[in-house]
Amino acid sequence: MSVTLTPTPAPVAPRRPVRDRHHRGAGRWIVLVLVTLAALVMLVPFAFMLLNAFKSPGDYSSSGPLSWPSEFYTTGLRTYWTEVNFPLKLWNSALIAGSVAVLGVAVSLLNAYALGIGRVRGRLWIVGLFLLANMLPQEALIYPLYYVAKEVGLYNTRLAVIIIFTVIQSAFGTYLLASVMSTFPRSLLEAAALDGAGKWTVLWRVVFPNLRPTLAVLLIFFFIWTWNEFLIPLVMLIDNQTQTIPVAIASLQGDRLMDAPTTNAGALISLVPAILFFLIFQRTLARGITAGAEK
Amino acid sequence: MAVSETVAAPAATPTPPAPRRAPRGRNAAYWLYLLPGAVLFVLVIGAPLVGTGYLSLTKWSGVGDPTFIGLDNYRQLLHDEVFWASFRNTVAMLVAMVVAPTVLGLLLASVLFDIIGRRFKPRTAAALRAAFYLPQVLPVVVAGIVWGWILRPDGAFNSLLDAVGLGALRHDWLGDPGTALPSVMAVMIWVQIGYPVVVFMAALQRVDPELYEAAEVDGANWLHRFRAITLPQIRPETFVVALTCTIAALKVFGPIFALTRGGPENATNVPSYFAYYTFFKKLQVGYGSAISTVLTLIIVVVAVVFIWMQARSERRDRGF
Repeated sequence: MSVTLTPTPAPVAPRRPVRDRHHRGAGRWIVLVLVTLAALVMLVPFAFMLLNAFKSPGDYSSSGPLSWPSEFYTTGLRTYWTEVNFPLKLWNSALIAGSVAVLGVAVSLLNAYALGIGRVRGRLWIVGLFLLANMLPQEALIYPLYYVAKEVGLYNTRLAVIIIFTVIQSAFGTYLLASVMSTFPRSLLEAAALDGAGKWTVLWRVVFPNLRPTLAVLLIFFFIWTWNEFLIPLVMLIDNQTQTIPVAIASLQGDRLMDAPTTNAGALISLVPAILFFLIFQRTLARGITAGAEK
Repeated sequence: MAVSETVAAPAATPTPPAPRRAPRGRNAAYWLYLLPGAVLFVLVIGAPLVGTGYLSLTKWSGVGDPTFIGLDNYRQLLHDEVFWASFRNTVAMLVAMVVAPTVLGLLLASVLFDIIGRRFKPRTAAALRAAFYLPQVLPVVVAGIVWGWILRPDGAFNSLLDAVGLGALRHDWLGDPGTALPSVMAVMIWVQIGYPVVVFMAALQRVDPELYEAAEVDGANWLHRFRAITLPQIRPETFVVALTCTIAALKVFGPIFALTRGGPENATNVPSYFAYYTFFKKLQVGYGSAISTVLTLIIVVVAVVFIWMQARSERRDRGF
């Protein structure tokens, strides 16, 4: 599927008068107001979170969730930061998601090279198998994985989670890259082969450089998806030293000790990395997505 | 659910069909490249899947040896009220995570693209799109925590009702079995809506603008254009969105864990949470495996039917 995020070319000039005659009315403003209201409703929870992350518990219980904070209270933020050892959780999340992104892309690339370029026998079935594997409920894998991880001493290690998600994410990556590579220009491959390049050289010197934009997008998606994963980290990572951010905040909420401002402060801190990451890589994502539209 | 499906195939320059010297794809050396991926796949996905299938035929607490009991777990499932409740709630999740977001997403994307994007500055449409997409960026568990607080008895939603004079409606939204499921559904619509909006808006950008121009010159209003151009043109993306959202709805776990843990009185229980609870809280590994196996089979069937339908409709479009 090829889609693009670039704006479509401006409509042809001579048609303009026609459009203006039809659309001078107030209708478009009503639509704008309605859609803007809907968009604001979407943002209300974020506003609530910001408003209450900087309130003291006393302030919250006396004047409620809607009032403006009476002081700029940061103890809630600091409590959360130290109580859950947030820097360590951030490191765990970054280490796991980063390793999975790199390893997942590498495994996808090798798989897809055999399937999309090598066109090994039965490739359609193999690609279908990978696609289905990506759709499986993780409950169908979790108990055997949990049991074996305990047996081999990988339980409660970040390595176990890295290995598992490398495979799960590369199942999707294989599916995507295999279809991308099946449209790879054969002439390029044949030219390289005539120059005496082996398969390994072709992969790194011809295929890899050409696919770089797609691989970058895949890398970012793997990172974000792994960052947000919950069930497998919840089961596999049980102590403070290994937990990721989503698991840490969920288990804190479980013991009901957290007051409302700390809940909000925790949520706020937890979503900042995700939003930053999204803002930083938005352009790369749009570029990668656009790359497909150049036909 | 992220915007995975918008990743595009970088179709490089189209090449004239090269003269084929050897039959392609008969090169056994390529299997070597599949080897590491295949070994990992078997270890992490294949073997555990078979393991769960086997365990579903046993009684096991996780220690000692499993006892083979045949299909007893499945027989027990048929009579388990909680199991049926969890599947009824899955239907609610399908409405909240597939039907509502797809329909609303189609309308919003079309309005944003066709009206806002073309009558106002493109920036306006982009900013509105970002607002709808924002919930998709944050970890779904964090979304669950925030909403859990908003819907609490002393949370923001009740205060909001007070502030607008509807204090009589104050309620423990997630704690009352009557309102817990609708509340969770509302949260899931909020979480999911950005995904179809972004995918459909991207899809609309590849539609030839002259189609819309011509329709407008002919006097077609927005609704006409929506039905005659927008819907048929973005059907492939609609398929992808519907499939990925359906799978996500069948598997939903994180939001339920963060919002309600399946309660109150199983009002919001779903198969995924039910399986987790059976595995790790009740320590009935065989029974949990049976639940997981049924869920897996349903997902595989749904996915295969979807993909088959999509392939069929594409073939029909090409006139085969």
